[in-house]
Amino acid sequence: MAKAQAATQKPEMLLDIRDLRIEARVFPPDEAPKTVTLVHDVSLTLKRGKVLGLIGESGAGKSTIGLSSMAFGRGGVKITGGQVLLNGRDILTLGPKGVRKLRGREVCYVAQSAAAAFNPAHKLMDQVVEAARLHGVATRAEAEKRAVALFRKLSLPNPETIGNRYPHQVSGGQLQRVMTAMALCSEPDLIVFDEPTTALDVTTQIDVLAAIKDAIRDTHVAALYISHDLAVVAQVADEILVLRHGRLVERGDTHQIIKLPQQDYTRALVAVHEIDHTEKQPSTTPMLSVKNVTAAYGGGAVKVLKNVSVDLHPGQTLAVVGESGSGKSTLARAITGLLPPQAGSISFDGRTLSNRLADRPKEDLRQLQMIYQMADVAMNPRQTVGTIIGRPLEFYFGMRGKARDQRVAELLDKIEMGQGFANRYPAELSGGQKQRVCIARALAAKPKLIICDEVTSALDPLVANGILKLLLELQQEEKVAYLFITHDIATVKSIADAIAVMYRGEVVRYGSKSQVLAPPFDAYTELLLSSVPEMEQGWLESAIQGRRMESAGN
Amino acid sequence: MSSSILKLIAQRIALGLLLLFAVSVLIFIGTQILPGDVAQSILGQSATAESLANLREALGLNDPAYIRYFRWLGGVLTGNLGTALSSGQDIASAIGGRLWNTLFLAFWAAAVSVPLAIVLGLLAVRYRNGFVDKLISGLALASTSLPEFFIGYLLVYFFAVQWQIFPGISTVYDGMPFLERMKAIALPATALTLVVLAHMMRMTRAAILNVMQSAYIETAELKGLSPFEIIRKHAFPNAIAPVVNVVMLNLAYLIVGVVVVEVIFVYPGMGQYLVDHVAKRDVPVVQAVGLIFAAVYITLNMIADIAAILANPRLRHPK
Repeated sequence: MAKAQAATQKPEMLLDIRDLRIEARVFPPDEAPKTVTLVHDVSLTLKRGKVLGLIGESGAGKSTIGLSSMAFGRGGVKITGGQVLLNGRDILTLGPKGVRKLRGREVCYVAQSAAAAFNPAHKLMDQVVEAARLHGVATRAEAEKRAVALFRKLSLPNPETIGNRYPHQVSGGQLQRVMTAMALCSEPDLIVFDEPTTALDVTTQIDVLAAIKDAIRDTHVAALYISHDLAVVAQVADEILVLRHGRLVERGDTHQIIKLPQQDYTRALVAVHEIDHTEKQPSTTPMLSVKNVTAAYGGGAVKVLKNVSVDLHPGQTLAVVGESGSGKSTLARAITGLLPPQAGSISFDGRTLSNRLADRPKEDLRQLQMIYQMADVAMNPRQTVGTIIGRPLEFYFGMRGKARDQRVAELLDKIEMGQGFANRYPAELSGGQKQRVCIARALAAKPKLIICDEVTSALDPLVANGILKLLLELQQEEKVAYLFITHDIATVKSIADAIAVMYRGEVVRYGSKSQVLAPPFDAYTELLLSSVPEMEQGWLESAIQGRRMESAGN
Repeated sequence: MSSSILKLIAQRIALGLLLLFAVSVLIFIGTQILPGDVAQSILGQSATAESLANLREALGLNDPAYIRYFRWLGGVLTGNLGTALSSGQDIASAIGGRLWNTLFLAFWAAAVSVPLAIVLGLLAVRYRNGFVDKLISGLALASTSLPEFFIGYLLVYFFAVQWQIFPGISTVYDGMPFLERMKAIALPATALTLVVLAHMMRMTRAAILNVMQSAYIETAELKGLSPFEIIRKHAFPNAIAPVVNVVMLNLAYLIVGVVVVEVIFVYPGMGQYLVDHVAKRDVPVVQAVGLIFAAVYITLNMIADIAAILANPRLRHPK
């Protein structure tokens, strides 16, 4: 093959990054602009046809390093030191024209959110073949033929015609595969996968991951695979690079990193999911009882909750799990009265709640609080932490002045943040700290129930773990119950007392944690459980195998 | 084309017609509450009470307002805009030639200003925050900040008086050769262009810059496309809706807001006609011109709405 010949002419070492230093100019509010270093002298090498995993939390510099292989700095980011040798030459010295020649030709990029990375105004095929056409790799007809073959390899439905569709006409998981096809279409030497499955549902992630892995194997393309999820990276990478705060923590082959980690930080990453939590037994009377609730959007046109019934006992945690679109957040909206149910009733603490939020007395509002996924947009950026936490104290209890400040200090203490934070603004806090402030704000109302809607989904695993531990401690102290909405089974295992599995608006499985997580499983719960990546090499293949057998049996 | 998109367009058109009807009511009411008496202004201060009463009777001014409104509306719908009180001329035929003149001027002003504004907007984005961007924005904003009568007199001073390239008075007549006509409207068209250019240019720039923040622009950049290709191929198609909107708004201004420029250059268009007849308290003419201006405004905005619907791939190609 022509490709094999070309490979023999090119050097064996595809990518050799030496002492890479990347800086950015930041403009903090009320301060002079300053330069921060994002990547501190990181070196790495990647041989032709191999896959290197880059792992770390947000801010570790993974994407920044990945994009440096295309001589690209996102936003105000600048590569200020070191060398990036690609196919034997330093691409940092090429200049804008030379860099454009290698982007989309030698190195291609697969973004985290394909839905945002495709241009909504053009058909998929036009975008998939664009780079190949631009760089003269193939004629339009050849490129389209290759694209269709790639669509087929990536198991996309209707590979012949899917290219005629627009991005919004294709699902998120399919778009992610089309983006992989787009990257492969110009036959690059290297693909940078930047969290390609992070935005997907767990059951979709496994399909996309398998498709990407097959495509990498069959095309012999090398890859930098960036993710915060070590279990995912372990499925595709030959070697793994662990990064933290822009510095190299540890490098090793995949087996060594997940089985014999040398550094404390890597060990923490490997061990991240485990929290001890003993399941509590249900009490005689539930505190929240949702009975046969049906709810719909668009004046009854789109039914999103169908005959849902669940109970939540005082001081316990009910986890509601399901994929996006399963109706879990809608259940929260129905309980809070934001979306009045069409049928069914919701009783709370021995009384029936009014369907509509506007009809509920202040006391009902106080006892039922919410915490959201995106902590930063759930807070007023112009208010200090003290004001944000103090607001419910004023609103529900009429607290003012010293009394309020004292209570704010107590609450800050409870969320393990010092008194000094009261005068800070949300923009000055990290993601985990913001979520803690939201928890304190909910607790300030002394509620009996807090609805937690994907509260850890936007956080790094270690930070999320800290938040879960905090929530469990607070439950002990305050005897508050949680309705915990999540798509993450691992989180559920850590904190739930009871579990409701939702699928397309219905509760398909419901009971205590030990019941729900013990076989025999219904088909959907089985699929959900088997789709959670495990920190084992070869897990992907066996999971897919198991699923194929199951779907063949259906 | 899908049925949902046809429905949306039909809704826009129906809404436009409803709006036009509402505007006709407003125009009628507005002209009724204007101070002054038409009969008095026609016959002058020396008229006798009897002749005033006779004229009022003849003009139908004694009928109740709603009857006069429906009589007027019925006339408009059948193409009869009434007769001018001051001259006794048929308004429709008087307006015909003038409307054409105004549209001719507006067309050429638009033909120059719209492409120029969009190209300048694209250039400003390409060299954003650099010298070219600041130069373009600075000049465009300066031209907008100057009142149009001032621009008009500046143009007249230099091009007509000092250098004598173009006529300072834009006289046009029927059967005028095309090139002569173009020469006559050169200065008013330039003045109009300078007035509307900056708004369209700045909005084009802002709309495209907004799109340039999108993730798919980064995708294009990482495919190795050149900056101008990225703007042309990936940013501009997604900025069409806001750009069309501001273009239409300015086209409407070119037709409706042309009054001052027409007066400066003594150009025989709708604006001049309107100003003359407001001075004469000629209510039917003011009503007719007002209604035509409103129709132009509503139609252009409706076209902008429909273009925005058609430019949205989600509406054009539903799931």
